[in-house]
Amino acid sequence: MPGETHRTIDAIWRIESARVVAGLVRVVNDVGYAEDLAQDALVLALEKWPRDGIPDNPGAWLTKVARNLAVDRVRRDQNLTRKYAVLAPDLEDDRRAATPDPDAIVEDPVGDDVLRLVFVACHPVLARDAQVALTLRMLGGLSTDEIARAFLAPSATVGQRISRAKRTLTAAQVPFEIPSAQDLPARLAAVLEVVYLIFNEGYSASSGDRVIRDDLCREAMRLGRVLTALLPREPEPYGLVALMEIQASRFSARTDRHGAPVLLDDQDRGRWDRTLIRHGLGAIDRSVALKRPLGPYTLQAAIAACHARAATPGDTDWKRIVALYDALAELNPSPVITLNRAVAVSRAYGPGEALEALEPLRRDPRMAAYHLLPSVRADLLVRLGRDAEAAAEFESAATLAGNAHDRRALLELAASAQHRAAG
Amino acid sequence: MRVMVMVQSTPAWEAEGQIPTTEMLEAMGKYNEELVKAGIMLDGDGLKNSDEGARVVFGEGETRVVDGPFTESKELLAGYWIWEVKSFEEAVEWAKRCPHDPSEPSQLELRPLHEAADFGDEYTPELRQQDDQLRETIQQQHGS
Repeated sequence: MPGETHRTIDAIWRIESARVVAGLVRVVNDVGYAEDLAQDALVLALEKWPRDGIPDNPGAWLTKVARNLAVDRVRRDQNLTRKYAVLAPDLEDDRRAATPDPDAIVEDPVGDDVLRLVFVACHPVLARDAQVALTLRMLGGLSTDEIARAFLAPSATVGQRISRAKRTLTAAQVPFEIPSAQDLPARLAAVLEVVYLIFNEGYSASSGDRVIRDDLCREAMRLGRVLTALLPREPEPYGLVALMEIQASRFSARTDRHGAPVLLDDQDRGRWDRTLIRHGLGAIDRSVALKRPLGPYTLQAAIAACHARAATPGDTDWKRIVALYDALAELNPSPVITLNRAVAVSRAYGPGEALEALEPLRRDPRMAAYHLLPSVRADLLVRLGRDAEAAAEFESAATLAGNAHDRRALLELAASAQHRAAG
Repeated sequence: MRVMVMVQSTPAWEAEGQIPTTEMLEAMGKYNEELVKAGIMLDGDGLKNSDEGARVVFGEGETRVVDGPFTESKELLAGYWIWEVKSFEEAVEWAKRCPHDPSEPSQLELRPLHEAADFGDEYTPELRQQDDQLRETIQQQHGS
């Protein structure tokens, strides 16, 4: 059945594409061109395999076909050079020196080439959306259509983004290499950001085909695991994997029967995926075991782990969460972290302390239009019995709220606080 | 989706209690490394021969313990993996890449794992909570 063969070809492509592309880069010395050749080989496979059957070693078949295409093109190029040579003999020597040996493919069964590909796909000469598209394309083996569906973007836009990215890499002559020890931390941070962005695109989506969005999360988790295997001495890939696994463990608990979001405290913890939590906790342990200062992903994962470990919301170790937010704020100070920390402070030490922790944010212009600040303050004021102030805060939160549903809910809270204050 | 891949033992392995050759162990090591580097391997291990195993057999009101080996059984296990893959086809493709001795017939069996969603309403909140608590305890025992 052709449908079945196509699913098998999809699976083979997912397994082999990164290595086929990486191997070709060694022949053609150009990642974008290598990717084009690999795609051409895939097109030939889609034509031939349903008719002739799948070869015994499909990865080798793809590599060989792509390499032959490359050799044909190099020959065509050389013919062209020869024609030029009649007119300009000096040109020929230059050209010949630059022509790679097609047999120079170095077999790399377990991954350094794939790691090089990761760093090329996430190279700083590319814009973030191009990095994301190329990572999914070259490492995930996703087609342009699949990437477009996952990001709810037109296929033509994604296709243009990918071909522009390849041209940029070629023009910038980006080397196919693992960054030096001194450049690694910054480059790795960018790679992790791309993977987490892919995960969040799937995780926080409120629209689109749920199955495709889940696939995006799983692909990001797989890419994260690939990174831990390729860079086992680096702690942050473990931290990122842990963060994604623990967040993903809540997939089936975060919406109710009607698809409405369920807050962490109200989630049925029995629906949390214990296998993913176990893997996440294990990954945190491995990050910590490397005995380096904890990075932002490991810290965020450790916060998520505090929730994952608590059998009920009441069992949550809020004091530890506050301490982890302190460490996170030191690394990456941000108003959102201060806000989240304050919520943890209220659970650990009470509303009064939390209110104090929020003080600096009231003067922060970045928070001026953010409805969560007044809404969190209002909750704390209610708990302190300061209902009149709470009502005012709920009202300002309502004016800032982005959607009608939130606005209505906040106005109701304002009204009941007002009522209590008057009574 | 998660798939369990079961490695079936061969009569020769069972009969002679054969330890795999260094060559085979190396090939397996490399294969495992590829599975890990592809980001799909969740778990896996090898099993000792059935002469070190036992069966607990229920029936007709009595419970019997039968010690191995179970050479009369055709389908004994020699090991397993748990993989997380995008499709069953992907698991099959990975399985086809498993190193094997071409001179001796052997096989792998692949079975998708149930997910909580498969059980529907039969899997009540109480049962889920019970499972949850058990797994929680297991985690505490392992100190993670």
